[in-house]
Amino acid sequence: MTDIAAAAPPRRRNANLGTPDDEDIFAAFDTRIIGRFYAFLKPHQAMLLGAQAAVLVSSLTSVATPWLIGTIVNAAVARDAAGVQRLLLVFAGLVSLNAASNFCDQWLTSRLAQRVIFDVRRAMFAHFQDVALTFMDKTHVGRIMSRLQGDVNALQEFLESSTGALGDVTTLFGYAVVLLWMDWRLGLLTLATIPALIVVRAFWLPYSKATFRRARDASSVASGALAENINGVRTVQETRREAMNFELYEEKARENLHAQAASAWLAQIMTPTVDVLTGAAIAFIIVVGGDEVLGGSLAVGVLVTFILSVQRFFEPVRLLSMQYTVMQRAMAAGHRIFEVLDVPVTIADKPGAVDLEGVEPTVVLDHVTFGYAPGRPVLHDISLTVKPRQVVALVGPTGSGKTSITALVHRFYETGEGRVLVGGHDVRDVTLESLGRMVGMVLQDPFLFSGTVEENIRYNTAGADRETVVAAARAVSAHDFIMRLPQGYDTPLGQRGRNLSLGQRQLLSFARALTADPKILILDEATANIDSFTEQAIQRALRVLFAGRTCLVIAHRLATVRDADQIIVLRDGRIVEQGPHDALVALGGLYARLYASSHGSFDDLADGAAQTT
Amino acid sequence: MAESHGAPARATAEPDSQTVDVSAMPRVLRRIAAEAVRLEPARVALAVAASLAAAVASLSLPRLFGRAVNEAQRLLGIASRTTAAAHATALHASGAGADTLRAAALAHQARHVLLLSAALVIAATATRGVMTMTANYQAEYVSQKVAYQYRLDFFRQLQRLSFSFHDRVHSGDLITRGMLDLEGARSFIQNGLLTALTMILLVSIAAWMMIATDPVMAALGLAFTPLASVVLARMGFLLRVTWMQVQRLMSVLTLTMEENLQGIRVVRAFAARRFELAKFDEAANAALVYSYRRIVLRLRAVSAMTLSFYGAMGLLLWYGGARVAAGTMTAGRLTEFLTYMTLLQSPIRQIAMIVAAAARATTSGSRLFEILDLEPAIADRPGAKDLAIGADVLRFEHVDFAYDPGAPVLRDISFQVAAGQTLGIVGPPGSGKSTIANLVPRFYDVTGGRVTIDGQDVREVTLASLRSHVGLVQQEAFLFDATVTNNVAYADPWAEDARIVQAARTAQIHDYVAGLPGAYETRVGERGVALSGGQRQRLSIARGVVPGPGVMIFDDSTAAIDAVTEKKVRDALGEATATKATIIIAHRLSSLMHADEIIVLEAGRIVERGTHDDLLSLGGEYADLYALQTRADQGLSIADARLRRKLAETGA
Repeated sequence: MTDIAAAAPPRRRNANLGTPDDEDIFAAFDTRIIGRFYAFLKPHQAMLLGAQAAVLVSSLTSVATPWLIGTIVNAAVARDAAGVQRLLLVFAGLVSLNAASNFCDQWLTSRLAQRVIFDVRRAMFAHFQDVALTFMDKTHVGRIMSRLQGDVNALQEFLESSTGALGDVTTLFGYAVVLLWMDWRLGLLTLATIPALIVVRAFWLPYSKATFRRARDASSVASGALAENINGVRTVQETRREAMNFELYEEKARENLHAQAASAWLAQIMTPTVDVLTGAAIAFIIVVGGDEVLGGSLAVGVLVTFILSVQRFFEPVRLLSMQYTVMQRAMAAGHRIFEVLDVPVTIADKPGAVDLEGVEPTVVLDHVTFGYAPGRPVLHDISLTVKPRQVVALVGPTGSGKTSITALVHRFYETGEGRVLVGGHDVRDVTLESLGRMVGMVLQDPFLFSGTVEENIRYNTAGADRETVVAAARAVSAHDFIMRLPQGYDTPLGQRGRNLSLGQRQLLSFARALTADPKILILDEATANIDSFTEQAIQRALRVLFAGRTCLVIAHRLATVRDADQIIVLRDGRIVEQGPHDALVALGGLYARLYASSHGSFDDLADGAAQTT
Repeated sequence: MAESHGAPARATAEPDSQTVDVSAMPRVLRRIAAEAVRLEPARVALAVAASLAAAVASLSLPRLFGRAVNEAQRLLGIASRTTAAAHATALHASGAGADTLRAAALAHQARHVLLLSAALVIAATATRGVMTMTANYQAEYVSQKVAYQYRLDFFRQLQRLSFSFHDRVHSGDLITRGMLDLEGARSFIQNGLLTALTMILLVSIAAWMMIATDPVMAALGLAFTPLASVVLARMGFLLRVTWMQVQRLMSVLTLTMEENLQGIRVVRAFAARRFELAKFDEAANAALVYSYRRIVLRLRAVSAMTLSFYGAMGLLLWYGGARVAAGTMTAGRLTEFLTYMTLLQSPIRQIAMIVAAAARATTSGSRLFEILDLEPAIADRPGAKDLAIGADVLRFEHVDFAYDPGAPVLRDISFQVAAGQTLGIVGPPGSGKSTIANLVPRFYDVTGGRVTIDGQDVREVTLASLRSHVGLVQQEAFLFDATVTNNVAYADPWAEDARIVQAARTAQIHDYVAGLPGAYETRVGERGVALSGGQRQRLSIARGVVPGPGVMIFDDSTAAIDAVTEKKVRDALGEATATKATIIIAHRLSSLMHADEIIVLEAGRIVERGTHDDLLSLGGEYADLYALQTRADQGLSIADARLRRKLAETGA
């Protein structure tokens, strides 16, 4: 990226606004990618074949048109009025056929293109639902979206023009055949211009690649900068960075302008080249054809056909050279798309995985060792048991492995060593779907979706009617504040529920979990201090949620910890203490120190009591 | 349009074909064109001149071809006469030599004409090529320049628009406008304006030349134009309506995907794969229906154009053929007309493209201009002066505020904080605490009363001076995808390292940062190291401290920090902000009980005020809260606390 910090006076720091897509690979034609696209086309083979047939008909009819016109002129020159009339009827038929086949071709192709890009997008989207969270954790949502949107859209142009390219090739060959057939010497003369075109292209290609790439990078940098500034606009205004960010952005926008202009220049160079070649070919035909006419070996109509055909002959040449650019772009996009689809799915149903039905809601970790990166375990030999309808609290400083334990129970990640058992079954032997129904989860960040309050509470519980939703909201003390919202349960939530306080969002996420009614509940208590009023409601709601359920809670609130049947104290990925509150306080270990030093809360202990004591 | 009234249409707002503004198209397109002319008059002129030259060069070709064919026909005549003469010579053996000589001279002359035609053809096509290239390149450059300008305008405008605007409008919607819509408006300059210009030039010059050559043939050749205009006008309208739908549905789809990815843990936790895919399919299929409709619309128009064009060509052949057959027209003339038509064929095919580009540009341009035309609700008054910094007395005088008229959020708020003093604010959610914080740096304007600093109304001073004087640290800290240093020094990029480290120490984050692999150069933010909520908050406190503002406001910005660390932060801040006016908003009373004054808000009103001790002895809401938050009472309700206090009172 063009970091201007160095050039600026004193030490200007540049919280960078957007970096280029580093992982971009600029591929040209890649048969492997084409082959994989074909997999997406295959289900629509009938449409594809139809489009190809229509393209053939339309190119052949369009090749035949100048020839027919030449014939009509010949008939007219020969004073054959009846012949002209007859041929005109043929002309009418031919152009109707051309228009009809053209329509069919475009209709089928565009539809196919739309369908296929939606299929590709869906395949990518579905893949993101399956790939491991370790991948999702380190991947920027904006970047994924740029692949889902930008790259998939780049395919559209390619797909829509791809059968057109077939038509262009057909037309090109069609004209070549017609020209050679009518007069092989004139025909060869015309075709002789093609190698010149190839030579020009060969010089052009390396420059164009680099330039097109620069344009792509510049535009993605500018877009990234815009997106970041929009997302952080409040901070920008709070810290009065407007002028400086504008200056930084202007540089990126200017680089984009220059890069786009340079690539436009390169793209345009082919226009005069093709035009001059067309002119040369026609000039040849006029001179040599004139000679032949003089020699009596060429009819005037043929000359007319030639002149009309040569003009059209070069049209597909030009289109095909433009097509190359489109294809190059599509290959780059395809590469990025398949890169996504190739991310291996590490967590999937085993063949013969069973449904978790009617089992006792227990959770057992059996000598589990686990790490996100090989060789760096975050959990060491953890063994614990949660009995049916027991509440177990996990306590420990940040980074002690609490979240990892809960993630393993839901099989967000695969254990390294040891086993995780839910209801007596190894989580790797059961279907993910049934595991998801059995184990509910309330996350620390109460993520809400766009939609109404009701839709959010009902999330993924299709059978839940309004009464169930309201009952759940009442149970977790969310009903009152929901009713105070402008449209009650039908109030649309702002972006990420911005129109609610953190505590209220928390309550909604409780109601959502309650509606799903899982047998086992994993709850990651919010660390942030919530206002005491909502805090009350939350404490009551927790009791409702815990009632009759097996619960594993990452607890930060003293009250929650104290009420648990069992407390597990973690440190550096190891269980250091275990037992009920009173026993642990009596023990006088880490828990007792945490308890003594915290003022009603166990959060953010890495920098607090755990180290100072 | 004033920002506060003209809420931009939400991405989800349903456009309705009944209400499509017919005047929008010329207005929006004219505006884009005018911007192009304003920015790059020379290049626009060059592009127009080059298109004109290209059109003329292009249209000289039929004449040249016609002449070539006529010459060829003459040669043919000569050739046959020569052959006939040769036969005659064989029979009569007299007077043939003169004929042959004359034929040879004619042939030489004809060949000369042919060579000349050939040379002219090359010249004409070369001119056409170079001129087309020039026109296209210049148009592309101009369009990129316009895009550049709009990009800057859009960026600047978003920075100027107030918080109330950003509260209403989804960031994804703004990004779409700034990227896709901007591109839609830009591409119109080349795909629409230049192509239209070329087409108009070609068609009118061709029409003129055809009419001058043979009015009847010209009329037949141009017979398709009236039908074409009707078809296109209709298509332009329908296409615009469809485009609006496509755009709306695509943003629903985008939102669905984006939220799924952001909330992927919730999705996984609920095993909601199938549910999410169904949501995706629903959104995608809805968008697909309109995409198909768009295709059909475009194709219908293209087919109608092609057929009417071929119809005109057929008429020309029928009439011209009859006349050539009757001997009243030369074959060259017919060729000339047929070539005119061939030249017109591809621009006419492009008409549909032009209309499509215009429809898209209208939709996109309107969405873009909607934002650009908003008048920021909060801006410097004419003649606003810089804030004169004195004793730093921040004063709220009978302040009322409402986000929406008729729904007051703050009512009659008055207080005063002098330099070195601290004001604490507590209250339930929705009581208006954050609103007070946002009124000081004027992120919103009061609806009644006034906010002053050293006696100057915040509305009367420049925003830049005001905001550099007020530091606000919010609860939800937005960190940029950049290094720790760049984030901490965000407000003052020229800050020396020592100040950055000092700020980090004050916020109790230095030890943690120093322990990171890259220390202060470690990347944080979306792609950087994961920070806990408390660590993010501490970084954002450090960021707020760096510029050294005179008024500091902490809006629940220590909520995720543990009590022990928070105490240290508070002590360090106490030193750092000893001479500043400070407002602390918090739920945890220990964060603000040391304040010189504490106000308790409820439903936008101040219900209690005083020092910690005053409020405790008052025995109201604050006292209840305090009772609730002391350890012994954890898990008890407010009612329990009240009961306990009553019991204690009666007992005593």
